[in-house]
Amino acid sequence: MAKFFAITILVIAILSAIPILRHTWWMAEDISTHGAPIDEQMSETMAEAGISFLASQFILAFFIWKFSNPRPGEKIKNFPGGAKAMVWAAVLLVGTEVLALGVFGAKAWANVYFTPPSSSAMPVQVQSGQFAFYFRYPGPDGKFAPIHPELISESTQNFYGLDTNNDPDAKDDIVTAEMAIPVNREIHLLMHSKDVGHSFFVPELRVQQDFVPGLDLSLHFTATKVGRYEIVCTQLCGLGHYNMKAYLSVLSQQDFDDWMKKEAAMQ
Amino acid sequence: MHDASAHNQVAHHAPPTSFIRKHVFSLDHKVIGKQYYGLALVAVLVGMALSWLMRIHLGWTNFAIPGLHLLSKNGAPGNVMTPEFYLQLMTMHATIMVFFVLTTAPFAAFGNYFLPIQVGAEDMPFPHFNMMSFWVTFVAFLVLVSSFFVGQGPTLGGWTQYAPLSALGEVTGPGQGSGVVLWAISIAMFCVGQLLGSLNFITTTLDMRTRGMSLWRLPLSSWSWFITSCMGLTAFAVLMPACILLILDHVAGTSFFAPGGSVINDQVQPHSGGSTLLWQHLFWFFGHPEVYIAIVPGMGIVSHVLVTNMRKPMLSHRVLVYSFGALAVLSYMVYGHHMFVSGMNPVSSLAFSFPTLIITIPSTVIVLIWLGSLYGAKLRINAASLFSLGFISMFIAGGVSGFFLAQPSTDIMLHATYFVVGHFHMVMGVAAMFGIFAGTYFWFPKMFGRMMNETLGRIHFWFSFVGAYAIFMPFHYLGMAGNVRRYQAFTPDYMQPLVPLHQFITIAALVTGVAQLVFLYNLFHSRFWGKPASDNPWQATSLEWSTPTTPPPHNNFGDKLPEVYHDPYQYGVESSLGDYVMQASPEQVKTVHDEA
Repeated sequence: MAKFFAITILVIAILSAIPILRHTWWMAEDISTHGAPIDEQMSETMAEAGISFLASQFILAFFIWKFSNPRPGEKIKNFPGGAKAMVWAAVLLVGTEVLALGVFGAKAWANVYFTPPSSSAMPVQVQSGQFAFYFRYPGPDGKFAPIHPELISESTQNFYGLDTNNDPDAKDDIVTAEMAIPVNREIHLLMHSKDVGHSFFVPELRVQQDFVPGLDLSLHFTATKVGRYEIVCTQLCGLGHYNMKAYLSVLSQQDFDDWMKKEAAMQ
Repeated sequence: MHDASAHNQVAHHAPPTSFIRKHVFSLDHKVIGKQYYGLALVAVLVGMALSWLMRIHLGWTNFAIPGLHLLSKNGAPGNVMTPEFYLQLMTMHATIMVFFVLTTAPFAAFGNYFLPIQVGAEDMPFPHFNMMSFWVTFVAFLVLVSSFFVGQGPTLGGWTQYAPLSALGEVTGPGQGSGVVLWAISIAMFCVGQLLGSLNFITTTLDMRTRGMSLWRLPLSSWSWFITSCMGLTAFAVLMPACILLILDHVAGTSFFAPGGSVINDQVQPHSGGSTLLWQHLFWFFGHPEVYIAIVPGMGIVSHVLVTNMRKPMLSHRVLVYSFGALAVLSYMVYGHHMFVSGMNPVSSLAFSFPTLIITIPSTVIVLIWLGSLYGAKLRINAASLFSLGFISMFIAGGVSGFFLAQPSTDIMLHATYFVVGHFHMVMGVAAMFGIFAGTYFWFPKMFGRMMNETLGRIHFWFSFVGAYAIFMPFHYLGMAGNVRRYQAFTPDYMQPLVPLHQFITIAALVTGVAQLVFLYNLFHSRFWGKPASDNPWQATSLEWSTPTTPPPHNNFGDKLPEVYHDPYQYGVESSLGDYVMQASPEQVKTVHDEA
């Protein structure tokens, strides 16, 4: 029974590692300028966690195999080095691992969050609400008109609560249900929620950020590959949470300009 | 150490004679422990049934589950689950499992039964508080389950109840009015029960130890309950007022967690000035210690069971205790890792990341001490030791995935995905359950005077061990592929190829779930028809095995409290009994380890 158990642990450990090594289910291809350090951090963490997992399971299996069903009269033995060896092993091995992961991970994080967007970054606003994203572009005047919550109306499709009758800045704002951005251009995403918590997750862009009602948050990123991607909500927001998604089109500058003109005409 | 006669007067209460005082409103810590175990058993069956319904729906979204409409008149038209009903079942599954199973069974049930006996006391110092603690918890469970039958059903906001989804009322979704209020009342009551219990556990450990029972002579299980009760006292004391504030947002028109300007159904909501992040800080200040409240008792129980079955002491009793303590202290400094992408200041994310990474050091020390102790052991294989070893394997598997979630940079990709679900199910769900099973197979003979069936126990173990890996390891793969959690159907295009993996998980979950019925049968059959147990069937050393009768008498040790002469785990010695000497035995033996 003990030997069978040891083998089971070994088999499970190896079978568990195979999909990871083969990347059977893995992260989508990175299309951002900031994603490489995140992917590198993921791979390093996977290597360290994987080695720790396999080594510990192998030792567990080996000890179960070797030290169960002792012969009659066999004496117990103590681990050479005792507890001190274990404490030092944990402090040195895991401590080094933790320090390395902590330092390099902090750099990857700082890369995303501690550098402000450049002044030439293109501003795009995104508003989340049960259960849709709406995007706003400032139009030719480059200004986002103020939002009036009391004017927000799904029925009249005034999703942002813009006062288009009295506010000249609101007249040229372009509101869309799909997000389009030019490739290789930094985007400054200005985020707010109109009701409850939501989140903005685009796996290919290596970004995930919650919308927090009452707080204006922002992200900045540059997409490097033309294509159509999905934006999904990752913060439980109600019964339609599973269906809260939008498409992100990364377009060439020419295609983006054409799209923008078309959307402006439809406002 | 205390004079035995001194605390006789504190805790003494006469054996009850009426049925009600003996079995219902009992002051006896052993009866209360069994009541907590029974409550956890009912709760785990409800929680598991809910998970089955969820898993069937996730594998085959349009499958009509016969009879499902009986659970909710609106939630399952034609027996097909609606999106909101899925979320309601999910919320109830998680709440029931985290609070009423993982906190209740390893801590409140086993701790109540065995802590006073292991310290050599005749009861806890505040038996009325103890009785109140159980009954408040019991009513809390009823209040939670009652939400199925009130208004539009239970809350759908998840066990974390993030505001303002939880604070704005029915307008945000079915169950977000009365369902949230009942949830918050239930959890606030649960907190009261745990606070009363924690006070009892702490005072029992500090003030009720019998003569000779120094702190370092406490078994590891007692240490784990003591440390957990210290965590419980501080963690539940924060969650309870948070729940009260949430209730006030619903019933008193306050805006603790609801900011101004929220627009739902084109209506500006009548709230202003609240903070949604305040709820997250309060919740996770409780929530992360709660992870350790669920797992540390399991660690103590597994250590206690393993050491008996290894027939040798742990490599270091003290290092294990210090590591349990380090986990408890650090658990309060790491909670912000749940909030890396919440909009919290990104500098705070780094500040929370480092302690989260550092907490892996005491966890690793614990695992290495277990592994090092196995070296040179004379390991007995039985259902209790199998579940203990399975606990270690599961704790390692779930623990290493913590590295990813401890770092904000990698958390960007994994936050709110199935990777997180896989991580916590393995490390605090399955591992803690294995601790409960190990404790059950080990202590059942003492609690009921009968042995559990060993063959059924092993069958239960094999299905549970292989099944748990088959269910929860693929969760990590789903998370790596960006599969978001808390979805009732996988509508994004990139998640479509993941559906077959979900179907595999569902089948594994159903099979593993059915195997738990073997445990249930074993439990009930053995209770009445199991082989009679001797006073010390495992040749163990701690005080619960020195009671004059099995199960122990009302006052645990008869007329005279025991006196303790040895460290808790004196195995591998030569004594008149064999390779062990009991703590209460005055026999002098040459010991292998003598740390005291």
